Amino acid sequence: MLNSLAFIIGTTLMYSTPLIYTALGGVVSENSGVVNIGLEGMMTIGAFIGATVGYYSGNPWLAFLAAGIAGGVLALLHAVASVTFAADQVVSGIAINFLGAGISLFLSRMFFSGSVMTKPISLDHKMPRPFNNMFAENSFFDLVLNQYATVYLAFILVLVLWYVLYKTKLGLRIRAVGEHPRAADTLGIDVFKIRYLAVILSGVFAGFGGAAMSLAIVSNFRPTLISGHGFIALAAMIFGKWRPQGAMWACLLFGAAQGIAVYLGSTGIQIPTQLLSMLPYVLTLLILMGFVGKATAPAADGVPYEKGGK
Amino acid sequence: MASNKSSLKEKLISSSLSFTLFSVLVGLITGAIALLIAGYNPLEAYGVILRGIFSKPKYIAWTIIYATPLIMTGLSVTFAFRTGLFNIGAEGQFIIGALVATLIGYFLNLPPVIHVIVVFLTAAIASGIWGGIAGYLKAKFGIHEVIATIMLNWIALYLNTYIVMLPGFKRPESESSYKILDSASTMILKGWKESEAGIQWLSNHPILKDIFKAPVNWGFLIAILLAALVWYILNKTTLGYELRSVGFNKYAAEYGGINVDKSMVTSMVIAGALAGIAGAVQVTGYTECVSKLAAMEGYGFDGIAVSLIGGNTAFGNIFAGLLFGALKYAGPNIQFALNAPAEMVDIVIGTIVFFIAIPKFVKMVFTTFAKERGEKNVK
Repeated sequence: MLNSLAFIIGTTLMYSTPLIYTALGGVVSENSGVVNIGLEGMMTIGAFIGATVGYYSGNPWLAFLAAGIAGGVLALLHAVASVTFAADQVVSGIAINFLGAGISLFLSRMFFSGSVMTKPISLDHKMPRPFNNMFAENSFFDLVLNQYATVYLAFILVLVLWYVLYKTKLGLRIRAVGEHPRAADTLGIDVFKIRYLAVILSGVFAGFGGAAMSLAIVSNFRPTLISGHGFIALAAMIFGKWRPQGAMWACLLFGAAQGIAVYLGSTGIQIPTQLLSMLPYVLTLLILMGFVGKATAPAADGVPYEKGGK
Repeated sequence: MASNKSSLKEKLISSSLSFTLFSVLVGLITGAIALLIAGYNPLEAYGVILRGIFSKPKYIAWTIIYATPLIMTGLSVTFAFRTGLFNIGAEGQFIIGALVATLIGYFLNLPPVIHVIVVFLTAAIASGIWGGIAGYLKAKFGIHEVIATIMLNWIALYLNTYIVMLPGFKRPESESSYKILDSASTMILKGWKESEAGIQWLSNHPILKDIFKAPVNWGFLIAILLAALVWYILNKTTLGYELRSVGFNKYAAEYGGINVDKSMVTSMVIAGALAGIAGAVQVTGYTECVSKLAAMEGYGFDGIAVSLIGGNTAFGNIFAGLLFGALKYAGPNIQFALNAPAEMVDIVIGTIVFFIAIPKFVKMVFTTFAKERGEKNVK
């Protein structure tokens, strides 16, 4: 019983991780006032670049970093469109999703002789697990804590982002730009610069999220790997009221549903896992309907800022 | 005369059609550059794609078959868009429409034409309700339609798989449902073209014979009718006027005595029904069944791109859908013919949508060109 619980907690942590990174990306971007529906595409390219660099270099950390950079580069496009050219941010995000998936598969065919699946990273070159062999195998602590390093980093990132957003000058500026860009501008804050920074960071985080998937949970990239996780992270961010800690809890909820589904699948209990898989989405809607109160986005979220405008 | 010319130029610069054409051009060029970098001849690749669309009547038929559901999900997105709502849920509404169409098409035993009508009506109603949920959640609880429709997409996906796998509906030894009855089919002359008389007749008419090798169906006609209907509702009816004014300015509409909450629900119901009909067309005209889905198939998401490329207009969707359908159908040919990555197509589409998102940039390019030309004329 205790071990089953530990197994569920362990898988929950594992499956939540990619979502947490990506949702944090959404938190940064939207707090600065830029809607980022392109998280899915940024996550996809991160997963692909992570798996590719991981395969060729054999260094998971280099791969992880490269994934972040790739996500950031794609996010730069979104920033150019939505900050400099005052684009419809949702439309630009949709474009990013097409580009992210398209570029990833295109490059995959180039680097892996025509295949849309990258070659698997050998087990020694996957993300390390800091607490491996520290506890007896299959003991409670082993099942819960024997996780990939990316899992721990995700939770550290939640703390860091919370600190930056709410306790530092930079965070104050990001939020000011997202709430009232005109006022921020008057105070001498460079709205464009802050938004560029926030959007690029969101891409870096989403890239990490994708890599957390392709370097840890599985060990290669394939076309269906991300399929929708970026959108779930987006939902988690809204569910978590645009706050890092809120987004984290929402991601844990989605992860838990997946963890429980995996557990039930492994026990052979005849509960339709399909119905169980639906649960987090139904729950999200129910909770949004009234259990947590109205969620409000940053006031200027989605509104392009034009210097000298009205 | 001169002023006439400049006004034409201004018209060109400001018209959304020229923006779109410019974006399409940039998209195709970007695809060419990607191929060049990857070491392939882009002209050859585009040649392969063009031949894959036009060189045989059958290919044209297939292109249209590919385009049909995308035109409809595009219309769904357009309808919601024009009323101020962003329907990311066409994907889920499509799934529900296809599922209900298969259920009714398989379990109900009705005479031919009536069966098809019942299938389409029930599919439209079911997915209309599915879309309406998102509208209701927005109106009543202020839940953003983007998040509600994302959730509903996933619920639809798992619901589909759950129902497909139920005994009595699942075809043995497969991950698909049973096929719909022939009476529910919208394929043109389905029985006849396989009959002896049909085969005989077609062998004397090689072009038609070739076309009928593809599962040609009534879907494209339905798509055109739906586009006309969407245009009519939006532009010629009181309902359309109300919905558009809500989309234009919610607060002004409310002040003007329009029930904004009701409008949102109505708009999403209609959008949902349109995407659901797309699902029904796909099932009755092509796939004949629904399958377990491992991931989203993308009809709804592609519909978003189609709607955007079509300038969010009813008839624009038809052309954008055909463009998209053609690229999706013939694009993979470059993989077989040249071993070039077929995903070039996604890069092309992504680039087109990206440039559509930034009319400000496109306008800048246009005016710079116009200025340079003007200066040259002065010299």
